[in-house]
Amino acid sequence: MIPAQFDYIAPSSVEEAIRALAEHGDDAKVLAGGQSLLPILRMRLNAPGVVIDLGRIGELQGITEEGDTLVIGAMTTYAAVLASEAVGTHAALLSKAIQTVADPQIRHRGTIGGALVHADPAGDVGAPALALGAEFVIAGPGGSSRTVAGDDFFEDLFTTAVGEGELLTHIRVPKHTGWGAHYEKFVRVSHQWSIVGIAATVRSEGGSIAEARVGLTNMGSTPLRAKAVEEALVGKPATDEAVRAAVASVAEGTNPPSDLNGDSDYRKHLATVLTRRAVLAAAGA
Amino acid sequence: MSRITVIVDGVSYTDEVEPRTLLVHYLRETVGKTGTVVGCDTSNCGACTVHLDGTSVKSCNVLAVQADGHEVTTIEGLAQNGELHPVQKAFHECHALQCGYCTPGMIMQACDVLKNNPDPSEQEIREGLEGNLCRCTGYHNIVKAVQQAAGELSSQAVSS
Repeated sequence: MIPAQFDYIAPSSVEEAIRALAEHGDDAKVLAGGQSLLPILRMRLNAPGVVIDLGRIGELQGITEEGDTLVIGAMTTYAAVLASEAVGTHAALLSKAIQTVADPQIRHRGTIGGALVHADPAGDVGAPALALGAEFVIAGPGGSSRTVAGDDFFEDLFTTAVGEGELLTHIRVPKHTGWGAHYEKFVRVSHQWSIVGIAATVRSEGGSIAEARVGLTNMGSTPLRAKAVEEALVGKPATDEAVRAAVASVAEGTNPPSDLNGDSDYRKHLATVLTRRAVLAAAGA
Repeated sequence: MSRITVIVDGVSYTDEVEPRTLLVHYLRETVGKTGTVVGCDTSNCGACTVHLDGTSVKSCNVLAVQADGHEVTTIEGLAQNGELHPVQKAFHECHALQCGYCTPGMIMQACDVLKNNPDPSEQEIREGLEGNLCRCTGYHNIVKAVQQAAGELSSQAVSS
């Protein structure tokens, strides 16, 4: 199938893109890498009158370092994030998670910002972003810009703090230099959305876990951060027994979906198993 | 309609297209590059893989207007002076196809894998081709062909 007809606008700056959004309002859809949007348009699940392509806006692409923070442009492709030495060194969790996204061709086109704003709860970028304490920089009308903390970014299924007439321009990721990282993704076949995914990054000190961050994929209508588990892991030795006990409650308070791949209780069970594996792998145990 | 200029297999084309036109349909129906096929229409199968500015993409998942000002290489642009590309030759010699429908995309993705990693392990080849589905071969001879092509490409690089 082919998409329904639309008008195409390819602005060359964020300012122009914001103006186009203001002009077309609800009738417009923003095109980032297109690897989720184009299938949606092809299947006619959505039929916007106008598509605003961010692909020609250079200022939205690339990765820079600002002191203790990595600044990643929203239009930076998965492939560019994977190729970045800075991300591999200072935010390894992001690289580990993105390695599992779809396939090489999709990773060449798909963008980190597109995935975050699409906010599919089974997508693999939200959980590591939350776990790393990322902040989200959002541009609005009149050159305005605001920064939203991770906990406030994801609001519901496919819904984020990016409001009407706004664009995600960058994410700011605090460096986690020297932290071990692992993304444990459970799927039936390689080319599938996460049934459950666990993002874990750990700072080790003499065989013990000094600090831990844990993000959950597809355990609710948004990616989640498991703060209680993070606290329970502090000071624990990186052993199977200690980590098993510390992560046992990871699914408490979550409300994962039931579908053909498994019901909610099954996902809760999976989350405890996968969190243990992810934390142990991140701790190098 | 939008006017686009795209270099396809080394030749520049300027055409009026509807913005909703997928790159694969532009390549097949406007430019005539029917070597690139549509397999699944859901962006799973990889049969429509081409190179956009030297990097593999699924051309059913790119709009033709997004390729404006860029360069596309299809399976039809791989052979040089009537001589098959080493990956094409290896697919032929290793019998890396049965029905052949996935082959154009499989070869384009194999070229991308080898560009980034001239000496891949079997596992790296399999992971590099994970976005390309083949329902005939069981992949065994496809992996062998990529290994053979890697050998030939690296010996070419040494002798040139």
